[in-house]
Amino acid sequence: MGANPAENHPISFRWLTKAKEKGGKIVSVDPRYTRTSAVSDIYAPLRSGTDIAFMGGMIKYALDNNLIHKDYVVNYTNASFIVADGYDFNDGLFSGYDEAKRSYDKTKWALAVGPDGQPVKDPTLEHPRSVFQLMKKHYSRYDVDTVSSVTGTPKEDLLKVYEAFCATGKVGKSGTILYAMGTTQHTVGSQNVRAFAIIQMLLGNIGLPGGGINAMRGESNVQGSTDFGLLWDNLTGYLAIPKQSVPEHATLEGYLKKETPPSGYWSNRPKFVVSLLKSWYGQNATAENEFGYQFLPKPGAKNYSHIFLFKAMFNKELEGAFLWGTNPVVGGPNAGREKEALGNLKWLVAVDLWETETAAFWKKEAGSDPSKINTEVFFLPACSSYEKEGSVSNSGRWMQYRWRAIEPKGDSRPDLDMVHDLALRLKKMYAGDTSAAAAPFLALDWNYGDGHEPDIDLVCKEINGYDLTTGKLLPGFGALKDDGTTSSGNWIYSGFYPEEGKNRSKNRDNKDTGGGNFLNWSFAWPMNRRILYNRASADANGVPYSKEKAVIHWDAIQNKWVGTDVPDFNATIAPSAPGGTGAIMMNKDGVGLLYAPTMNEGPFPEHYEPFESPVPNAFSSVELNPAVVIHEGDFNKKGFKADYPIIATTYRVSEHWQSGTMTRNQEWLSELSAFMYVEISEELAKEKGIKNKDKIKVSTARGEITAYAMVTKRYKPFKVRGKVVHQVGMPWHFGFKGYATGDTANRLTPHIGDANTQIPEYKAFLCDIRRAD
Amino acid sequence: MVELNLNRRQFLKLSGATAATLAVVELGFNEKKAYAKSKEFKIASSKVTPTVCCFCGVGCGILVHTKDNTVVYTEGDPDNPINEGKLCSKGTTIRQVYTSEKRITKPLYRAPGSDKWEEKDWEWMMDTIAKRTKETRDKSFVVTDNGITVNRTEKIASLGGAALDNEETYLVSKLMRGLGVVYLEHQARI
Repeated sequence: MGANPAENHPISFRWLTKAKEKGGKIVSVDPRYTRTSAVSDIYAPLRSGTDIAFMGGMIKYALDNNLIHKDYVVNYTNASFIVADGYDFNDGLFSGYDEAKRSYDKTKWALAVGPDGQPVKDPTLEHPRSVFQLMKKHYSRYDVDTVSSVTGTPKEDLLKVYEAFCATGKVGKSGTILYAMGTTQHTVGSQNVRAFAIIQMLLGNIGLPGGGINAMRGESNVQGSTDFGLLWDNLTGYLAIPKQSVPEHATLEGYLKKETPPSGYWSNRPKFVVSLLKSWYGQNATAENEFGYQFLPKPGAKNYSHIFLFKAMFNKELEGAFLWGTNPVVGGPNAGREKEALGNLKWLVAVDLWETETAAFWKKEAGSDPSKINTEVFFLPACSSYEKEGSVSNSGRWMQYRWRAIEPKGDSRPDLDMVHDLALRLKKMYAGDTSAAAAPFLALDWNYGDGHEPDIDLVCKEINGYDLTTGKLLPGFGALKDDGTTSSGNWIYSGFYPEEGKNRSKNRDNKDTGGGNFLNWSFAWPMNRRILYNRASADANGVPYSKEKAVIHWDAIQNKWVGTDVPDFNATIAPSAPGGTGAIMMNKDGVGLLYAPTMNEGPFPEHYEPFESPVPNAFSSVELNPAVVIHEGDFNKKGFKADYPIIATTYRVSEHWQSGTMTRNQEWLSELSAFMYVEISEELAKEKGIKNKDKIKVSTARGEITAYAMVTKRYKPFKVRGKVVHQVGMPWHFGFKGYATGDTANRLTPHIGDANTQIPEYKAFLCDIRRAD
Repeated sequence: MVELNLNRRQFLKLSGATAATLAVVELGFNEKKAYAKSKEFKIASSKVTPTVCCFCGVGCGILVHTKDNTVVYTEGDPDNPINEGKLCSKGTTIRQVYTSEKRITKPLYRAPGSDKWEEKDWEWMMDTIAKRTKETRDKSFVVTDNGITVNRTEKIASLGGAALDNEETYLVSKLMRGLGVVYLEHQARI
């Protein structure tokens, strides 16, 4: 659901077909009948942007028919927790909404706390203010008829999917949900994923083989680059960036107090933060100067993510930018505006293997007038992944090392060398500078050798971390301390390089160590654990729920957890000991959050229509997610159904990758998939007088593109709330550079993001189509 | 250098067979003849290095065959338990990431208002970029705001990194934050 692995992650799909050979069932839920759908046992179409309605119906079905794994729900979720009086829900709004600010006072959603400071619970799940009962009430509105009229999914298809998937709630069975950007790139993207998490917790599908919710990562190291803190609000290892807007963050002590929960694994946060500061600021990080905490930048009271970044650039607030292998002129939302924004920069550094549309944004072929663009552009040729060495982390967190097969082509260089080179030059320029601005940069520890090429082994070891009193590498994050005697550049990776000469990402022993976990192939963070929360595969007493799906169990003789995987739990905490049943150990109370009072738009996922939708919301009078930020004006024009009655979405094909830079510059792949096209149903084609392979125009409030029409049976009109609604889809890989060129789909997409993550809503917007001639 | 698990004999058998199949498709060779001659194929004495595919996040293993300073062949890594030697269309053609004539191999500079690229050397490029970075940073750097130490610049952005190695993303993250950059974003959202 929200993924098409047969085409976008083909080799992963090989394992699904193997599961099918063994009797497993594949369910495909997608607006379009994809190649994944073609191999599936059950296919259900849904209108783009209605995932919560679809899943809300499934939650109701599981509860109504008592298909949940009750013992698991009682022990490993917050179903039994009592919600305090502040929480309420009425006509699409939770309590505490401030319309002017478009935000909620989340304190209204607090859980009830007893005199001992612990959550109040009712293990019978019958208390009317228990999470379980409130959830039941919330989703009682998601009956199959209403859901079907919203999603456009035929009722019998809905029931088929619900029945098949909820059957995995039985002990001994498991079901997984594979998702990708089809799920996340919506104004309710985070809550779409939450809805998956809720059903998986209800069915007891987290922490066991064949379970989980699996994000299919689109880039070879988007997992790693997120782990390593390349998003504005996270330092490495998901440590929150200190912010100016949070008063407690003014000091390290205040920051740690504010960000560290009293229980759960994050209670160790001070050890991770101080060790990171020691890795970054070395000798300049001392107990006296808060371990260099004040050197870190503190963002102001605004958002700095992609849409906001380009808005700032569009408004001439930025002066310079570095692009590390990224191509927003094709890949960014409302890409026409993003291209214009680049012209407001004074300087731009583009690092890539190819001349991207973004590096060439100032050219005539980009539709620009070069004489009017004063941006200085520096293009640095990077070498490819096998012309250098280093590791990448896949969707399953497996950190695999890649060796250098050949020297970099021509004068190209690894990105690692460029960053290092730049750092050394800047260090030299700032040397001796006694200004307050120079101080934090001069304090930054940068010791990877003096040459143009850094010693990558030193980088690897710094990430793992050292015992600074002995100079030895650390065995893992369990050894980290908050007193400045340990370092680790990224605590979640600590343990991948436990001793000299043993970089475990280089491990290549492919013997199956049991359960298909291959523990001696590569390294999986954290601590080589392959199935997260695997403590939940066993019951409260530490006995596996079933033999078939056993992962770890409590061995009373050895007094520890043992099994086919590394326990994702403290291996020596007995089930009967305090915290011994807290399987979801990263959360404060050790349980999964069916009710999540941390989310910006409410503790339960609720259906809202996309930013641009052809129908009113059937579940409430609130049309759009009430907590999203709306960008007004020329930066993001909104289209309405009167002008743009057709739903559009974007997707990828097997032969191209992301913005197409890496594949449209190759001959064979360009030949295999050479043209930009728009896929439309036979019914819509007939209505519009369009034939297969006609050139058509697709327009939205943001722009217009020309493409070939691909008339297919893969799209069928949806029947939504009694009306016929059409949807079209198109690949977003094309641009004006490379061998295979075509118009850029993202010139059509809007600049609006999810209320929690600001991920753009690429997957559901309104358009119109017509013949080009 | 990494040790491959395959012994040399198994390996030759495997890659020879794959190469023969490819040759039949590409050049119309007689399959039997081609197979018999497989030891003379250009990959028979090539150096083999394991890598991981640079495209999606599945993490398939690939073997890169190099000889005479070029990439002569690539194939799925049969040892890698993720893909067991299988590859998709993109993984299969990964050789062209190296061999494509579209690769840019020299640093290029575009002056303000200019309509063309100029080739420049690395020294000039890196030095000029460092100067621009310092100028912009120094001009815009905020040490304190409302009495709180903030040490940031809001005039420089860093984007991308999802195709870089972990070690590279670590250094980009460290350098950019070390400089006070707060507009920091990669492709997780796009």
